[in-house]
Amino acid sequence: MSSIFVIVEQREGKLNRVSWETIAAGQAIATDTGWTLEAAVVGSNVAAIAGELAQKKVAKVYDIESARLEPYTPDAFAYALKEFLQKHPAKLVLMPHTYQVRDFVPKLATALQTTAISDVIGYKYEGVKLLFTRQMFQGKFVADVSFAGEGPCFVTFQNGSFRADKAEAGEAAAPVETVNVDVPDGVVRNQPQEVFKEAKQAVDLTQAEIIVSVGRGIKEQKNIELARQLADALGGELAASRPICDNGWLPMDRQIGSSGQTVAPKLYLALGISGAIQHIVGMKGSRSIVAINKDSEAPIFEIADYAVVGNLFDIVPTLIEEVKKAKG
Amino acid sequence: MKILVCMKQVPQKDAPLKLNEAGTWIREDVSYEVNEPDAFALEEALRQKEKHTGEVVVLTAGPARASQVLREALAKGADRAIHLEDNAFVGLDAYNTARAIAAAIKDDKFDLIFTGLQSDDYGYAQTGVILAEILGLPHATIIMQIEKTAVGIRVKRELEAGFFQFVDMPLPAVLTIQSGINKLRYATLIGIKQAKMKPLRKVTIAEVQPAMAGNLQKIEKLYVPQKSKKTQFLGGSSAEVAKKLVDKLKNELRVI
Repeated sequence: MSSIFVIVEQREGKLNRVSWETIAAGQAIATDTGWTLEAAVVGSNVAAIAGELAQKKVAKVYDIESARLEPYTPDAFAYALKEFLQKHPAKLVLMPHTYQVRDFVPKLATALQTTAISDVIGYKYEGVKLLFTRQMFQGKFVADVSFAGEGPCFVTFQNGSFRADKAEAGEAAAPVETVNVDVPDGVVRNQPQEVFKEAKQAVDLTQAEIIVSVGRGIKEQKNIELARQLADALGGELAASRPICDNGWLPMDRQIGSSGQTVAPKLYLALGISGAIQHIVGMKGSRSIVAINKDSEAPIFEIADYAVVGNLFDIVPTLIEEVKKAKG
Repeated sequence: MKILVCMKQVPQKDAPLKLNEAGTWIREDVSYEVNEPDAFALEEALRQKEKHTGEVVVLTAGPARASQVLREALAKGADRAIHLEDNAFVGLDAYNTARAIAAAIKDDKFDLIFTGLQSDDYGYAQTGVILAEILGLPHATIIMQIEKTAVGIRVKRELEAGFFQFVDMPLPAVLTIQSGINKLRYATLIGIKQAKMKPLRKVTIAEVQPAMAGNLQKIEKLYVPQKSKKTQFLGGSSAEVAKKLVDKLKNELRVI
């Protein structure tokens, strides 16, 4: 009996909505392969989430429960899911590629002596072989990856690779089974503290309609002034990729990417940004993207609506003048 | 503190990459550099050693060219190096890489094992976590700070969207290190000189083969991504480009 499990993510009893993307992915694969799709939530007192899941088009929902599963630790999650999956063999286990999933899935896969394909953006099913597509070399290439072994094969999906609104509702509520797991003393070795946001959040980039973002191509801190002038001329906000914020050239609340903000403005103007995966994931939903970079092979150009291969230090000053002229 | 830092050599960030004939890998005639998160992991290990005394051991699994990464690490202050040297290491999946590393270090007792959070070539972010499971050690990922405590360490885990979390952990432990945790040092001339005297142990694949199994993943095809978006390239002088761009912003995107 071939089956697919989607394991959704919850934090403190609230479903991480990226999980709907994984459900959509699971439904698509199930349709193509004919395999059964089931879903599971892992935590303590998460029956409400199991109920939410049951509204989707899945064959069954499992509520995997233990007091030791809250707060999240990799030891508890790997232990509970190993036990569950040993009792419920599957061909595929699908999850969103979140920081939490990255923290335990390789451990879980190894405990089950199987493999995990991370940060997948799509799949191909050509009648017999199932292949998962993922980016390599920071987006310069993509690879179709096959898997072997007794399984299950774990697959984690990149944010935005499937659409949450494509997760189909079921005709009737799916049956929900509660699975109580006993996680013995001594299994959990980490003691996590409260999650917190660092310092102040002076700007909410998710509300900006126009964003001018700088990457390593800006070269020096003093050059950011140029980008700031462009942002001001356009009436937009200034943002940056991770290395700029790591250097302290802009505060952390200006960071766009998997560790920072995820934005979808009307216009995202990327200056000297190569387009590393961790950055793209935070802005690929932008309505329109303009990229200026001196490297014609920069992966950012793959998602740009308008592309300029050139020296931003020559182009941006003139651009600022033209914008001011146009605005009158 | 005895710290192991697992480091990887990857193609340089801006190296022009080309596909091989078979379309299954890249042509290897490019320039290489240390995987950036691994450089941050090394720097963190050196700082911990400076704070608490101890030893920093660096390890890489790769072809002969990868020894460059180890020599640079020794020049920066690492004490000794281990090179699992074989071309075959390039194509191993993370599970086998971790098994090979575990086999190579079985006679050592480390307090901490660091890897970078992921590599810039494959980007799986798995080897460190798999290694922790094989060694039976606790682990934490995407770490931005490490402090010694009476009973172990307190680490700062980076989460999405600007959130963080402190985690108390016992030692020994495995940590995957995030870029930007610290500022990288340069190797000094003295350091480069001293590096030549430091031990570099080579491990052949035959020595670690018994611990390994077949790869459970295979790249069937590597290719240039098909674009779903129609990108308009704007060319000309800076003045021309600026005018064209403003025209698009005003009349097509309607943001001016």
